[in-house]
Amino acid sequence: MKRKFGALTAVLAAIALSFAGAPPALAADPLMINGAGATFPYPLYSKWFYEYSNANPGVRFNYQSIGSGGGIKQVTAGTVDFGATDAPMTEEELGKLPGAILHIPTAIGAVVIVYNLDKVESGLKLTPDVLAGIYLGKITRWNDTKIAELNKTVTLPNADIVVSHRSDGSGTTDIFTNYLTTVNTEWRAKVGRGKSVNWPVGLGGKGNEGVAGVVKQTPGAIGYVELAYAKQNKMKVASLRNKDGNFVAPTLEATSAAAAGVAKSMPADFRVSLVDAPGKDAWPISGLTWLLVYKEQKDASKGKALVQFLKWAVKDGQKMEAALDYAALPKAVAEKVDQALRQITHGGKSLY
Amino acid sequence: MTDRTGRNPKDLAFERASALFAFAVLALTVLLFAVLLRESMPAIRKFGAQFLVSGTWDPVLDQYGALPFLYGTLVSSFLAILIAVPLSVGAAIFIVEFAPEWLKKPVSFLAELLAAIPSVIYGLWGIFVMVPVLRDFLMKPAAKHLGWIPFFKGPVYGPSVLAAGWLLSIMIVPFILSVSREVLATVPQRQKEAVLSLGGTRWEMIRIVIGQHCIPGIFGATVLGLGRALGETMAVTMVIGNRPEVFLSLFQQGYSMAAVIANEFAEAGGLQLSSLILIGLLLFLVTFAVNLAAKWILKKMVARASRGI
Repeated sequence: MKRKFGALTAVLAAIALSFAGAPPALAADPLMINGAGATFPYPLYSKWFYEYSNANPGVRFNYQSIGSGGGIKQVTAGTVDFGATDAPMTEEELGKLPGAILHIPTAIGAVVIVYNLDKVESGLKLTPDVLAGIYLGKITRWNDTKIAELNKTVTLPNADIVVSHRSDGSGTTDIFTNYLTTVNTEWRAKVGRGKSVNWPVGLGGKGNEGVAGVVKQTPGAIGYVELAYAKQNKMKVASLRNKDGNFVAPTLEATSAAAAGVAKSMPADFRVSLVDAPGKDAWPISGLTWLLVYKEQKDASKGKALVQFLKWAVKDGQKMEAALDYAALPKAVAEKVDQALRQITHGGKSLY
Repeated sequence: MTDRTGRNPKDLAFERASALFAFAVLALTVLLFAVLLRESMPAIRKFGAQFLVSGTWDPVLDQYGALPFLYGTLVSSFLAILIAVPLSVGAAIFIVEFAPEWLKKPVSFLAELLAAIPSVIYGLWGIFVMVPVLRDFLMKPAAKHLGWIPFFKGPVYGPSVLAAGWLLSIMIVPFILSVSREVLATVPQRQKEAVLSLGGTRWEMIRIVIGQHCIPGIFGATVLGLGRALGETMAVTMVIGNRPEVFLSLFQQGYSMAAVIANEFAEAGGLQLSSLILIGLLLFLVTFAVNLAAKWILKKMVARASRGI
């Protein structure tokens, strides 16, 4: 017994020594900025934090991708320095905040329609009403005349449409149902919009991978996933008729075009929906993702570091988006966001 | 009580300490129940008993009911038992009575290894391997030829209550198998020899021995498996189809209590959150009731078995 303890003490001492011997550079505490929220932009934010901390060793970030709802809860409770969300905060949620908050758009996400039809290539044409009809359970066969007349050159199989959707609460579902609510009155009346809704038909899959799993494994299936997910998994995607009447394939450019379409009418607080956006090349199921930052910062040095990071993110950071399959903010929007960062203060003084 | 004064103080300290731990477990259960009850109060006040019989789950309109989840959990779990018990007991009999010495160890080891696989792995395997096979070779032919039976009605998509039950059955086999094997191994050699010496066949020996001696133990093993099936989350949500509706057909989609909590908890707030916690409370009560019923049945069985010998 004694011998054992002796060995244990030696190990502990060795561990303690190894800490004591750490290089002094680490001893100078870097500023730790904590954030939590949306999972969709997590790969982008990780890349940003990594690159930014490399260039600015004094600042480090800790981001927990717990979901948009969680991010709003955490930032409301004040347990994190910033939050992140895919759905803008509602008036009710804003009312619960201890102070004014800024929605800072960082990237644009797109939700795309994927399907599993053996003999049909990518680019099947759909209209908003047909898509809503499928998800309402009114169009149930692939060779339905409503689909066939949009795709005259394609031979559609005489098969059941197997509808698939997310089963977990998610920003992706919020954007998708927001779109259907915007473009289809019957959907608005019967189902509505939300992070999870009461689906009239279909199979639920957990996460993008769950929906993709159902679509890949089930002949005749249709589903919706994030653009990046569909691209990386080489899934067949549908083209959709947008507000201007053009059939558009989901690409990063088409997604950015959706934000450009609303750039002129962008509200000062950036809480805007991009679904069914105007513009001849705009992909209609797009949405911004935001960082949530209090206008009045409690800690001067943290606030200053955060503002510097945000300035970097809307400028240099935007160049990293395409490589990770995110659509960058259009220039006009990015400049507007940069201006808005001047509103972040400590003790009433701008930290810009 | 009377001998306490004569006790070694170390003994006494040990007794007190172990009692403290026992009460801590009890307190934990009570606390768990209390917190679930407190957090689900808004949903209980709003929906009352209606919650148990309502089949609506609509986060947009803030209307919630637990019926589809209760149904999905119970049906998939009992389906799992239905498949797993014959499989496990059969395998246990083979291992104990028939298998050559060199085969016993590897078979039981591999079967028990099944218990160590994380449930998300089962789920992935379920999506990519089991569901397509079940769909093409079992569900589609069954729906075609036996579709007139309400339980086997199409359309067949793959993810379904049947798929969930099937996957669960594989997951609980190691539990039922290893306990059944232990139970069978406790049968006194003399009893077996007695049956054989009276001219009984091997089959009669097994039937009599199991009937007399092992049924309560195997029942206990089944309850253990059922408990695991009721609470399983990840694997079930990946293959059940996550559709909050009650269908008679096993080929249709369903939803389970644990699955809806896992799916919606992270992004839920207000009444939706409270309803999810109420589902958690119901799951707690269902598991509790199943275990209580099992204890009661077990007691009857043991009483009867001991009378029989």
